[in-house]
Amino acid sequence: MAVIEVNELRKRYRDMVAVDGVSFTVEEGEIFGVLGPNGAGKTTTVECLAGLRTPDSGTISVLGLDPRRDAAELKQILGIQLQSSGLAEKLKVWEALDLYASFYRAPRDWDALLDQVGLADKRDAAYGKLSGGQKQRLSIALALVGNPRVAILDELTTGLDPQARRDTWGLIEEVRASGVTIVLVTHFMEEAERLCDRLAVIDSGRVVAVDSPAGLVGRVDGEQRVTFRTSTPVADPVLKALPEVLNVTSSRGQITVTGTGNLLTAITLALAEHDIVPIDLRVERASLDDAFVALTGKKIDF
Amino acid sequence: MMKTLTVETKLFLRDPASLFFAVLLPTVLLLGLSSIPSMRDPIPELGGQAVIDTHMPAMMTVLAVVMLAFTVLPAAMAMSRESGQLRRMSTTPVSPSRLIIAQVLINVGVAIIATGLMIVLVNLVHGVAMPRQPLGFLLVFLLGSASVFAVGLLIGALAPTAKSAPGIGSLLMFPLLFVSGMWMPREAMADLLRQVGDFLPVVPFGQALRDTWGGAAPAPLNLVVMTATLLLAGGAAVRFFKWE
Repeated sequence: MAVIEVNELRKRYRDMVAVDGVSFTVEEGEIFGVLGPNGAGKTTTVECLAGLRTPDSGTISVLGLDPRRDAAELKQILGIQLQSSGLAEKLKVWEALDLYASFYRAPRDWDALLDQVGLADKRDAAYGKLSGGQKQRLSIALALVGNPRVAILDELTTGLDPQARRDTWGLIEEVRASGVTIVLVTHFMEEAERLCDRLAVIDSGRVVAVDSPAGLVGRVDGEQRVTFRTSTPVADPVLKALPEVLNVTSSRGQITVTGTGNLLTAITLALAEHDIVPIDLRVERASLDDAFVALTGKKIDF
Repeated sequence: MMKTLTVETKLFLRDPASLFFAVLLPTVLLLGLSSIPSMRDPIPELGGQAVIDTHMPAMMTVLAVVMLAFTVLPAAMAMSRESGQLRRMSTTPVSPSRLIIAQVLINVGVAIIATGLMIVLVNLVHGVAMPRQPLGFLLVFLLGSASVFAVGLLIGALAPTAKSAPGIGSLLMFPLLFVSGMWMPREAMADLLRQVGDFLPVVPFGQALRDTWGGAAPAPLNLVVMTATLLLAGGAAVRFFKWE
């Protein structure tokens, strides 16, 4: 069942078109990624979903509600963590949760939530004294305190160190496991690849593709590369004769074979026939990075 | 609303500087001033009254209210905008205006407490008379505070950054305090300055406080200008409020 349907969404600010005909649907229970470079229109799209901005045209339905018309009702069941939203420096962690819980009709038990996001020992700490990762975890807790069915998380791990980022990913997976549908806005390939069931790749206000990470990679997966060393030298024709192989190069004992189809099996079989054992065998496939470059003609860089 | 108010009150109390300046400074100043003998000398320009009788207490009341309204409140408002608190609240079922309303209520409450404390203390310690026209004084205090806070709300609504908000407030506060007679009684000012002052914010508040403190009725013009300030500044603040 689709919990979010976005159809031909358009939004322009003065002379700049931020969102130019975006459409996608989010299914119940999935982690749906919105991936794109900075300025692609991700945040504007999400703000329209949350009813914080009025689209110029297009329709949005979130859990069957219209974000503008049913804003009050929608905010009861939609949890949102936006970029650049903070709290008072001297507000304590528990006070923040207690306060935000009071905004909702049927809030979650925030004490348990505090445990879940791993901030139980920071209960009495002031917001200003928290580390970046702790602030983000508190942000997630605040987005979840209303017991939402859908949570939108915008650029959650930007600015976090790798460890904090991994912890946050683990937390997001736990949240999904508890039955919350998640829309994850990100410009991190690794994050999208690791967490998302499906992704909308957005560039310059348009959706370039919607697919699973593997599906997106598959689209550009025309060519593979296999590298290995061998204990005994291989005669070139052994590999070049294979129909899957396009090219063979070797340098300092390392052989690199490019090709298509079932390249790896073809190579290992051919080597086995000649009693050659490959060492350090590696297959390099296209990554989501490559897929992104192929789809948008840009490299996400920051 | 109660929870928001409680939390904002706690945050206010966690900032010792604003607590000191807003609540204690006017009282401490007035206690100090009223212990200076020359403050008690009758002055012909004041109709034979001493500076300490009505002028200084009225000025210190104005100081307490204006300091909260022009610097503490706009700083708190601009800070909640800048730190993204308003943005975060806008994602919840509760409107971020609730936070602003709580901040206004707290500052008004603190102004009332600060003024009450000052009136009682200087009366007990130095025998400075209580307002002789209590009902009129209360009316003027409430209307005047509301008008001054409306201007503060407008400053907070438009201030570009949390740093600049109290600066802009001070920039407006000092000239208005001067024209109100903080450093020189209005009676000693040029006629033009006095006449212009009647139509500015803050100034009629101080004048009407003096009048009611001394036992006279507030001048209708003062009441009209205070009401107009309240409506104009308050309306503009709501209309032009920058949410982000």
